[in-house]
Amino acid sequence: MAKTQLMNGKRRAAIVKGLRTPFEKAGTVFSQLTALDLGRIVVQELVQRSELDPEQIDEVIFGQVVPGVTAPSIAREVVLASGLPRSIQAHTVARACATSIQALTDAVNSIAVGVSDVAIVGGTESMSDVPVYASRPLAQALVEASRGKNLPEKLRAFQRLSPKDLVPIPPAIAEYSTGLTMGESAEKMAMENGISRKEQDEIALASHQRAARAWHEGRFNDQVIHVPVPPSFEKVADKDNIIREDTSLEALSQLRPVFDRKYGSVTAGNSSPLTDGAAALLVMSEEKAKALGYEPLGFVRAYAYAATDPADQLLQGPAYAAPVALERAQMTLSDIDLFEMHEAFASQVASNLQAFASLEFAKKMGRAAPLGEVDRSKLNVNGGSIALGHPFAATGARVVRQALGELKRSNLNTALCTVCAAGGLGAAIILERV
Amino acid sequence: MAVKIEEVQSRSALTYRVEDGVAVITFDQPDERVNTLSPDVRAEFERMLDRARDDAAVKAVVFISGKKDNFIAGAKIDYLQKLTIAEDAEKVSRDAQQGFGRLEAFPKPVVAAIHGSALGGGLEWALACTYRVATDSPKTSLGQPEVQLGLMPGAGGTQRLPRLIGAQAALDLILTGRAIRAQKARKLGLVDEVVPPPILLAVAKQRALEIASGKLTVNRKRGLVSGGKGVSGLLKGLARKEAWAELALQDNPLGRKILFDQARKALLKKTRGKYPAPEKALEAMRVGLESGMENGLATESRFFGELVVSDVSRRLVEIFFATTELKRESGASDPKVKPRPVKKVGVLGGGLMGSGIAYVTAANVGVPVRIKEKDDPSVGRAFKAVRSVLDERVKKRSITAREATAKMALVTGGADLQGFGNADLIIEAVFEDLRLKKDVLRDVEAITRDDCIFASNTSSLPISQIAEGAKRPQNVIGMHYFSPVPKMPLLEIITTPQTGDWVIATCVDVGRKQGKTVIVVNDGVGFYTSRIIAPYMNEAADLLAEGADVEELDKALVDFGFPVGPITLLDEVGIDVAAKVAKILHEAFGDRLGAPEVLEKFVEEGRLGRKNQKGFYTYDGKKKRVDESAYALLPYGADRKHFDPREMAERCTLQMVNEAIRCLGENILRSPRDGDIGAIFGLGFPAYLGGPFRYADALGPAALLEILDHWQQKLGSRFEPAPLLRDLAAKGKRFYGS
Repeated sequence: MAKTQLMNGKRRAAIVKGLRTPFEKAGTVFSQLTALDLGRIVVQELVQRSELDPEQIDEVIFGQVVPGVTAPSIAREVVLASGLPRSIQAHTVARACATSIQALTDAVNSIAVGVSDVAIVGGTESMSDVPVYASRPLAQALVEASRGKNLPEKLRAFQRLSPKDLVPIPPAIAEYSTGLTMGESAEKMAMENGISRKEQDEIALASHQRAARAWHEGRFNDQVIHVPVPPSFEKVADKDNIIREDTSLEALSQLRPVFDRKYGSVTAGNSSPLTDGAAALLVMSEEKAKALGYEPLGFVRAYAYAATDPADQLLQGPAYAAPVALERAQMTLSDIDLFEMHEAFASQVASNLQAFASLEFAKKMGRAAPLGEVDRSKLNVNGGSIALGHPFAATGARVVRQALGELKRSNLNTALCTVCAAGGLGAAIILERV
Repeated sequence: MAVKIEEVQSRSALTYRVEDGVAVITFDQPDERVNTLSPDVRAEFERMLDRARDDAAVKAVVFISGKKDNFIAGAKIDYLQKLTIAEDAEKVSRDAQQGFGRLEAFPKPVVAAIHGSALGGGLEWALACTYRVATDSPKTSLGQPEVQLGLMPGAGGTQRLPRLIGAQAALDLILTGRAIRAQKARKLGLVDEVVPPPILLAVAKQRALEIASGKLTVNRKRGLVSGGKGVSGLLKGLARKEAWAELALQDNPLGRKILFDQARKALLKKTRGKYPAPEKALEAMRVGLESGMENGLATESRFFGELVVSDVSRRLVEIFFATTELKRESGASDPKVKPRPVKKVGVLGGGLMGSGIAYVTAANVGVPVRIKEKDDPSVGRAFKAVRSVLDERVKKRSITAREATAKMALVTGGADLQGFGNADLIIEAVFEDLRLKKDVLRDVEAITRDDCIFASNTSSLPISQIAEGAKRPQNVIGMHYFSPVPKMPLLEIITTPQTGDWVIATCVDVGRKQGKTVIVVNDGVGFYTSRIIAPYMNEAADLLAEGADVEELDKALVDFGFPVGPITLLDEVGIDVAAKVAKILHEAFGDRLGAPEVLEKFVEEGRLGRKNQKGFYTYDGKKKRVDESAYALLPYGADRKHFDPREMAERCTLQMVNEAIRCLGENILRSPRDGDIGAIFGLGFPAYLGGPFRYADALGPAALLEILDHWQQKLGSRFEPAPLLRDLAAKGKRFYGS
């Protein structure tokens, strides 16, 4: 059978290898590291373990959702900090929580049009090391003071400040356009779509139980690297530390809603936590992978991005993107063997799935029929972001790698991965093993 | 005819051109990588100075090098080596002093523009200039390394340097011979200005003109007034600790006496009186500061003359030439064979040796290194070991924190062989056990390419035994590093008859890039270095068994010129390790290399040396002293006997020399030169003696034979002279040049 090739007969991109650091709760094992540290560690290990001659790498595409002030061009910094040849060009991407999906599809595109043969893509995030900003008045005073020619001039700049201006501002996980936080948006979706607290907790429980089982059965062994943690290297991070193996519906139901304390249902237990971690994929053109003797984990068959009004249902993006991706792949939902859906919130997962099956939603999109029901036994079979954690920029690459690992383990062929992202964005990508 | 003149000009080392009223004299010796000093060059320079003096359009002079990354490397050593009479060498020094004296007194300003190394006579040249501008490039270094060759500055350096930067700083530079970077030189006042390389000439020309016009006056006051102008400057000066030290120690006769006495004491502790050069340099500096420049210069050239023809300097220069020669050899028997590129190195075992090898590879070769250890915590410890060597260098400012991070980024590792498949060279540093080493070789061969080299860092096991049964025995070689790897300069490469020529050349190349002096020896139990240290250590153990005192014995060998005594070395290496190697050599060579029972007893009692803080010495955090309880395990107990220190030193050293001669006779060694370099750089054999073979030659083979015969009669067959020695003595030949 002739191979289906991506988008109008262009070259197909193979994912040859993928690794991630363990995902660690912010402020724990990786608290002393920066996102750059995590990114370069995973890239070093990816290059070494794939036994690739680094001279073969054409480009590195990397992203970070909450960039630091000191190394904003994270992709290039990853190249320079990884001991890779300094001649490797790189660019940084940003698509909120779908950032490393963006990194991957950038490589897919440049391989498709033939400008690149080998790329390393991924994302890294340290929620232990977020930039904290000064208030606008304080920032203005500091800039003014730096321009002052003498001490009195320098001091004068601070005269107008009031004490409240001195309070530092942490980065917001809120929509700039609506002012709503992610959690508030998730709460809104739960209410509007009628997602019960129980359903959310069940999704969270499944996430934890499946992730714990995957670890027990060693399903992540070839996906997660062990990191002796610099600078002392005394601790070794060898496992995700957010998974609660012993949690129960009962325990989850005890938690109080965080975002709407009175009427809400979104709790810390059914949301993804702040996480430190990095993930990277080695992507090649199909011919190049063959020429270098690699057995690809799988191929990218199609992808799509879509967006919805952030003031509407912020995290419904996947429901808009998935039908487009399937169409581009000339597939229907029934052709998909495995579903990997980023779990920002359990209410978002339930809402996305509801929209997949909803005729009303399909009509709103101008489609005749809904995508259909997703068989939950095929969804996030090894856990998702609620249990594994969600280092924003690393999640997309984690989702893709995890899907490919499960396809191989279960000897299946096709997977649909989706990631919702801030701004009402959604990403969907379809993978195939042959 | 015209062609001929052009040819003469193009062959000249110095060129003269006038730009914007400045005579720019460029030093660029044809067909040489670096500039060196000789009387001809100086004479030519003086002729150009005359031209600059007589040309009214020339306001000032800039002196610069035309080499890529070198100012002047120093005096031409081969030229000095040809001098055999002290008076001749003294005259060379006198002439150079007078030449630089005229330069210093030149009526127009002369600015030295320094990029690259300015060493020895090169720095002395710059010192005689009016003003010095250096580049901030890491290639730029300044120093007076003469003592490292058993010489001292002979062109005014011992006089001008202390006058410029103070006695204390000058003593440090001249007595250690170390070179410093431009920024440090600026701080010391050795250079006046540091600039980026592209603008060196422009700034030098500008300063030369400014000095000529009187716009810039060179004022180099040191001490408490050095902080700058005005009250704040004075306050800054007062806050400088060094300024007070300077005031207390060097700017008055009493302080100076204390400074020089202390320096001499510290020096003698290091040289044990075996290296006259730094002592003489110190004396010349003292004379100059106490009785004036004239007397100082006279003393300098007299001492310089004496040193040039001294035995110690001859030995040190021979070592210098031997290492230079070694750097040019590929190590392969076929000179056409070239080393292959090594883009990735694997290291099996990340302990003390393995992490050291990883460090020198990442830091000096600059290629990725993959370490395998038994589990994750051990991988972490290996990373930490590499990181701490880098951190130490950052602390000493020999590299920046960013450079350290970049080097560390080349080191990765894990608990399995993932990532080893594309290694070009794999060095094993696992436990010293033949079975284990054969196992790891088999594992590695299963996953590597056919052209992957397997090197064993064994210190005693024959490489051919490790290679036995290998799939690719031609790729198996020994790379014997010395502990601690980042510091010890030697790498001993061991080849079997099967080892491929390209394999040898590649490993020699890697070793050299790691910063090592590399010798190549043939396979055999203990190869060269481990084999010759064994009888040396055995003899020390025998002396203990005869009742010698631990401290007296160690002191005897340190006074003789070894960096540490043999018993201290035992504690450092590990008594169990030494006993194990001794046993292997005993089995291979019979009773001549009989392992002393003393060591076995220590191992049985769980006394392993420093590693478990229980050996011959105490390791309780207080001042190290002999652990009296160790004597209970030795004959004569606490009742130690006094031995003549010279006798103790001779017995131990001659055991080593005699075994080295056996190694040469048995073709383990390719040449006496390699034997000398190996013993000095690997085992700390006293450099002033030039190595075991130079030492044997200095004594004379016949005389050495006689001494060995004497000890053999007195102490038994372990002193039986090497057959090669008997042979040479009978023929009246020597090891070198016969």
